[in-house]
Amino acid sequence: MEPTGAERDRPGTALGLDQGRTEGEGRMPERFADPGLPPHVSRSADLGEHAARRAERQVAALFGISMVATVIFLVAYFAIDQNTYRFVPGIGQANLSNIVLGVTLGLSLLCIGLGAVHWAKTLMPDTEVTEARHPQRSSDDARAEAVETIMAGADASQLARRPLIKYMLGGALGLFALPLGLQLAGSLGPLPQAELSTTFWRKGMRLVRDPELTPIKASDVTIGSVFHVMPEGIDKSHDFLEEKGKAAVLLMRLNPDDIKIAKERDWGHDGIVAYSKICTHVGCPVGLYEQQTHHLLCPCHQSTFDVTEDCKVIFGPAHRPLPQLKITVDAEGYLVADSAFREAVGPSFWERG
Amino acid sequence: MSTTATPKGAAGLRAKDAKPVSAKGGGLAGWVDDRTGAAKPLSYLLKKVFPDHWSFMLGEIAMFSLVILLLTGTFLTFWFVPSAGEVIYNGSYVPLKGIAMSEAFRSTVDISFDVRGGLIMRQIHHWAALMFTVSITVHMFRVFFTGAFRKPREINWVIGTVLSLLAINEGFTGYSLPDDLLSGTGLRAAEGFMQSVPVVGSYLAYAIFGGAFPGEAIIPRLYTTHVLLLPAIIVGLFTAHIVLVAVHKHTQYPGPGKTNDNVVGYPMMPVYMAKAGGFFFIVFGITTLMAALVTINPIWLYGPYDPSPVTAGSQPDWYMGFADGALRMFPGFFEFTVFGFTLSLNVFIPSLVVMPLLYGIAGAYPFIESWVTGDKREHHLLDRPRNAPARTGLGVMAISFYLILFFAAGDDLMAIKLGLSVNDILRAFQILLIVVPPLAYWVTKRICLSLQRRDRDLALHGRETGRLVRTAEGKFFEVHQPLPEHELWALVQHESGKPLQLTATVDANGVRRPGAFKERLRGKVSSFYFADSVDPVTPAELAAAHHDGAAHEAIEAPQEDAGQWVGQLHGGADERPETDAYAPHEHQHDHDHEVDPDPTTAR
Ligand code: HEM
Ligand code: FES
Repeated sequence: MEPTGAERDRPGTALGLDQGRTEGEGRMPERFADPGLPPHVSRSADLGEHAARRAERQVAALFGISMVATVIFLVAYFAIDQNTYRFVPGIGQANLSNIVLGVTLGLSLLCIGLGAVHWAKTLMPDTEVTEARHPQRSSDDARAEAVETIMAGADASQLARRPLIKYMLGGALGLFALPLGLQLAGSLGPLPQAELSTTFWRKGMRLVRDPELTPIKASDVTIGSVFHVMPEGIDKSHDFLEEKGKAAVLLMRLNPDDIKIAKERDWGHDGIVAYSKICTHVGCPVGLYEQQTHHLLCPCHQSTFDVTEDCKVIFGPAHRPLPQLKITVDAEGYLVADSAFREAVGPSFWERG
Repeated sequence: MSTTATPKGAAGLRAKDAKPVSAKGGGLAGWVDDRTGAAKPLSYLLKKVFPDHWSFMLGEIAMFSLVILLLTGTFLTFWFVPSAGEVIYNGSYVPLKGIAMSEAFRSTVDISFDVRGGLIMRQIHHWAALMFTVSITVHMFRVFFTGAFRKPREINWVIGTVLSLLAINEGFTGYSLPDDLLSGTGLRAAEGFMQSVPVVGSYLAYAIFGGAFPGEAIIPRLYTTHVLLLPAIIVGLFTAHIVLVAVHKHTQYPGPGKTNDNVVGYPMMPVYMAKAGGFFFIVFGITTLMAALVTINPIWLYGPYDPSPVTAGSQPDWYMGFADGALRMFPGFFEFTVFGFTLSLNVFIPSLVVMPLLYGIAGAYPFIESWVTGDKREHHLLDRPRNAPARTGLGVMAISFYLILFFAAGDDLMAIKLGLSVNDILRAFQILLIVVPPLAYWVTKRICLSLQRRDRDLALHGRETGRLVRTAEGKFFEVHQPLPEHELWALVQHESGKPLQLTATVDANGVRRPGAFKERLRGKVSSFYFADSVDPVTPAELAAAHHDGAAHEAIEAPQEDAGQWVGQLHGGADERPETDAYAPHEHQHDHDHEVDPDPTTAR
């Protein structure tokens, strides 16, 4: 690829790949010369003792304010009750102790800092100093010596002459981390069992309100209303929070004609349907129900599920519909589960199928 | 490494040092030096020169915030109880009385209401964490845009990238500790991320949480990670980072007298010590004032964690925003079921791949750039961002990408504030994410190039004086004053990159040389970087520009004598076409740039 004439005429065209960007040797255009450091400009405090005095007083005053602020902090620590609330303009009702302690501590620190910087800027020398740099790499001799030392050491240890030692050492060093790793990996947690795919729900369990835990009659559920639901007896469960995190359910009543999927209608009761509240994205509780559109919205990343279409995802990053809980009513007219969840609730995982 | 040193007798050993210390430096200092020999390294350190520039304080803010974090964090450990054990609250914050919660949550509420001065410590700690992450990020930008990552500082850049990644994870583990409703929801999501890992996801989640979510193990584990594991690594790496800054000596901005072989600035003792030491107190003071006046993370309002209540409008700390945004934007159809197994790429990629990938690219950048430019020299003079248009463009492109992810995490808040539908806003973000970064690259590069041209113009023609002069022919000109040499230097000192060119992809027999593809790629990327580079003005060009102005010099001559308006005229109707300024003058070096594929004819 020979440079074209035009390319060649441009100032400083292409270099060969093998040349890299080396400077000097006349390859780069002639350059300006560095004029050197500009002359020093004196500050007022350098010129007159009067200005210097003023600077001195300012620095001292800042350190003084700091001390005063510290003293106020010490007093306020004892004097102001922890739970006194006062109206502070611009903030509103605020914890007085926090404000006074914070402001005094802040001022005490800030004024030390401002004083020191002001001192440095007005009174300390401001002539710039030059220090030489040296290339980072060691000299060839030093490098050679290092290599030699290492080689001599390796030689002296007879590592090269006795390969058996080399390989056995390599093996031992390679393996010694395994027990440590195994201990950690093996003992951190139990292997996931069916747990991930099952919930507290069983056939015949009543649906109860969350958090009151009172049972729900089918007649209580009016069209457009939404109930946050738990399985009956979950509060007796040993792993309360863990079970709660999987068993949470939303209960809604739709006009049966609005339900577009036959299975959804069959698994419900008279337009009342129950769906897992745990988002199939990464597991936030889905909880915003839009009555008009029958959409459920997850507050975490806005996945939107359409309750009229078996809670399929109509927007957002989730992929799977919310699992439906099959429900019916018992003899007393209370809503009960007609079966456990038939699939895993919550976020996806490899073996959920 | 004096393996050849001959052993001396005990008496002769270091005879010089063993003499009693002279009057100066006796006392305690002398006692210590007798035992450590610290005087020499100390005086070296105290004389060390640091260049001064506001942008060098960004790293200092990070450093000082880290100190504040370690300090206030230690305070918090005295009262915080890292346990998920259930208790009933009975402290002085009335609205929570009688409510079941974890010990972790209760102790955090206690620190806020029942430990005197506890709230201010908590709030300083959280504000400092935000300050830390912000300053690291901006510090990283400054290092990037000025090319401070170039040889010999690549290692420090990589250390920095790791620090930044660790810092945001340190932040995440920190704000997950109080076990409030928001942080619990964050952990719930984190568990979902882990489950999404192909094949081993559920095992990973069970290992980390010690069983099913939430379990009792995660809070103590987070605690150890947050107060011991990550801080130890961060402090270790940070120490290495600072030692390397000292070893390399800080870079400096180009300017008269500042070369690649020197460092110009103030000595450690006293100036830099007073400035940096003072600055520590300023950062600490400002953080404390913010903590006093602006409430942060009022966990008592959120309540204890419970997996079923809904948390609308929940937002993570800012530095996790980009990951949250990525999660929101990544479409659900990336989840597949293959042979009965679920592959949840819609979660796995944005939550666990994007972050390491972005950081990996950032960490690799110095090596990519030096491969592309073929530049293996040491650089201690910083680039002005405009003088590296492609790099600056790439940097802005990366920032725009990051910012779009970041803002997408607020799509729900925007929807409420602006009264728009979340769906539309998210769609818009998805489109912006694809469209804006390349556009940002292009626009930035154009801006850099035009700034460079303006610099050229200024160097060639000097500064406008605002004084109009009428020529004998009735034309108007503005008098231009040439730049003083110190100012001129700033505009002409840099070098502009040149695209590398292929030597030859085939050998003499027409056979492809090995590695030809790689070289062609490298040539392409190199011309992407440098094809339209603008060269700094050379003395010859300046001389030519002066020469062009000679026609009017006669008019100026009297004033020149008066020492008032030194310079040439330029402007008005007689302005030279812009292209002219870049037209080839006599380039005695042209032949030097020529690359001849046939080595026999070269020189
Ligand atoms: C824990 C977080 C960090 C701390 C406390 C820290 C602190 C510092 C300090 C105090 C300096 C010297 C002053 C300055 O140039 O600003 C510095 C320099 C430097 N930092 Fe950082 N930094 C951190 C993170 C990073 C990151 C994220 C990067 C980039 C990926 C980075 C890359 C560099 C480089 C290359 C230098 C040398 C700059 C020069 O000499 O011009 N650092 N750092
Ligand atoms: S958890 Fe529901 S959308 Fe992400």
